[in-house]
Amino acid sequence: MAGKEPSGRPLSPHLQVYKWGPHMAVSIFHRVSGDGLAIVGALMFLGWLGAIAAGPEAYAAFVACVWHDPAGGGVHQVTNILGKIVLVGLTWAFFQHLFSGLRHFVLDTGAGYELKANKLWSTVVIVGAILATAATWLYIAKEALNG
Amino acid sequence: MGNGTPLGRVRGLGASHHGTGHWLQQRLTALGNVLLVTWFVVSLLRLPLGDHAALMQWASKPMVAFALILLVVSVFWHLRLGLQVLIEDYVHGEATRLLSIVLLNFYAFGGAAYGIFAIVRIALAPAALGPGGM
Repeated sequence: MAGKEPSGRPLSPHLQVYKWGPHMAVSIFHRVSGDGLAIVGALMFLGWLGAIAAGPEAYAAFVACVWHDPAGGGVHQVTNILGKIVLVGLTWAFFQHLFSGLRHFVLDTGAGYELKANKLWSTVVIVGAILATAATWLYIAKEALNG
Repeated sequence: MGNGTPLGRVRGLGASHHGTGHWLQQRLTALGNVLLVTWFVVSLLRLPLGDHAALMQWASKPMVAFALILLVVSVFWHLRLGLQVLIEDYVHGEATRLLSIVLLNFYAFGGAAYGIFAIVRIALAPAALGPGGM
């Protein structure tokens, strides 16, 4: 079957022989952000929804684990930090996947494949997602300080 | 089109054996997600997330509960398609791939059912129906 003898067939160019560019990055980021949202994001969402449905105590326990524990338990100090890292990651994944998905809608029409246009819009997606994530968390921090 | 067998061309399903169905469903649910998830993220930013009673009041509004159920359907449909492609690309061997697809379907359908059930529980909770309940 998978023989070691060299075959005369041309090899498919693989990752290490490509020069990395924004169009490659935006492609793999689309998959990474989508799968992150599909697994981590969806489970967080279901946990949040289930905790609301289960009642005030269950919801308080969820918030204490993910965001802030007024009692300040030792384990929760760790999970609060992890929770915020995960939430920032999910925010980035949301914007990255949204902007990249909108780019795919344009590509579906057959537009935007020219080298310069492709590179430009790939860069816009990546930079836009980082800026939107930063803006969102600045807003959250501002609201937290004010209220 | 053009170099397939006559039967293949009549069926129009191509090398994947299910034509453009997957692609089209992915795009349609993507459009749904653009609207519904953007609405949801904006709502999260505006809601007092530490206040359980306020969240119950918000999520039990008929239009909100309705939109949340649509969101669960659109998101879990879309993520099932996306994770299916991930499995098809990276999981090799027929048995492990089949097992992975089965687990994916348990996750997608189970998760969607859990989410919709939670929304219904919130919307029909006695506290959400006002004095006297139902």
